[in-house]
Amino acid sequence: MGDPRISVVNERLKEIRNIIAVSSGKGGVGKSLTASILALALVKKGYNIGLFDLDFTSPSTHIILGIEGVQPREEKGIIPPKVHGLEYMSIVYYTSNYALPLRGEDVSNALIELLSITKWGKLDFLIIDMPPGIGDATLDIIRLIKNIGFLVVTTPSQLAFETVRKLVTLLKELNVRIIGVVENMKMNKSEFIQQQVKSLRVAVLGGISFDAKIEKSIGNTVSLLKTSFAKELEQTLEKLGF
Amino acid sequence: MHEWALAEAVITAASEIAEKEGLKEVTVLKIKVGELQQIELDILEFALSQLKPDKFKNTKINIKIDKAELRCRVCGHQWIFSKEELDKNSAEAIHFIPEIAHTYIKCPKCGSPDFEVLRGRGVWLESIKGVR
Ligand SMILES: Nc1ncnc2c1ncn2[C@@H]1O[C@H](COP(=O)(O)OP(=O)(O)OP(=O)(O)O)[C@@H](O)[C@H]1O
Ligand SMILES: [Mg+2]
Ligand SMILES: [Zn+2]
Repeated sequence: MGDPRISVVNERLKEIRNIIAVSSGKGGVGKSLTASILALALVKKGYNIGLFDLDFTSPSTHIILGIEGVQPREEKGIIPPKVHGLEYMSIVYYTSNYALPLRGEDVSNALIELLSITKWGKLDFLIIDMPPGIGDATLDIIRLIKNIGFLVVTTPSQLAFETVRKLVTLLKELNVRIIGVVENMKMNKSEFIQQQVKSLRVAVLGGISFDAKIEKSIGNTVSLLKTSFAKELEQTLEKLGF
Repeated sequence: MHEWALAEAVITAASEIAEKEGLKEVTVLKIKVGELQQIELDILEFALSQLKPDKFKNTKINIKIDKAELRCRVCGHQWIFSKEELDKNSAEAIHFIPEIAHTYIKCPKCGSPDFEVLRGRGVWLESIKGVR
């Protein structure tokens, strides 16, 4: 007859005003860094924020935010701990940093399980850090989460942008909301990507420069918020009116 | 205690189906619970009894346990999962998310974590009977 978990997913998310998936067709473009710093910046603005790492095979946001030694609480479901002012959920609570080799169907199943048992509080934003590409996780959140919005990350490279073009086209065909495209790791003032994004009729959310010093701030949220990356991302938030 | 969250999913899904099929009252609800997830049946049953709406007042809830059968994708070996082979933390992690099995369980023959769960993963709605 069926999988009962699906029915309860939107019930679990109903007290969240805005759900944003940080996504890209390409790997390594800065999705996790963007999702993490976006979450921190929104906390700083006084919003109630959740961050959900949905990259099950290569989770990274716990490293970026220096999250260690916390576990969710169990109470008729699981309640994500609040760390650095945000409700944080990741598969690493359960894998204790060992490898988790998953095939597509397993990814789907784990994703549905987490969506159906995680009890988020009342949130203004839930930020989701996505794995790269348009595979199972992406298709599942589109299928399961009503009103999800996509924040798409590219780099100045044509190689990245061509994958983003495909992602954006797919999202449009499926009538999924696209918040806009962020161009990360900018090295110069080229407007090539911005023009391309405009021709897709999607909002250009501005650029983030390549920051050779960012690595030193990984694991330290105070220091992350002081980076040029954070400053530039915050300007993007102004544009969005967040 | 996340048995409560799963029970809520079962009741929500079953109510949707009852609604769709125009059932005024549900008489029998059959659920299958896979052993991989190591659900505490007492808690699940209690949660179901607490959460069920009026339509389910007289429902006979029938829970069947399904052995977890795994098959290695590398060497083809097939085996039945037994939680006795796991330490407490690994067992608990799999209890929350059965796919975590791929972190802590390896094929007993060749050691690969690349196996398939043939049956007995989690909670499954088998059938609903009722009166229209
Ligand atoms: N603007 C930037 N300046 C310098 N380094 C950056 C910048 N953005 C991201 N990086 C670095 O690039 C690497 C990839 O970033 P990140 O892990 O956030 O990408 P991702 O898109 O999430 O990757 P994956 O597809 O593997 O999930 C990291 O080492 C990160 O610190
Ligand atoms: Mg990432
Ligand atoms: Zn094997």
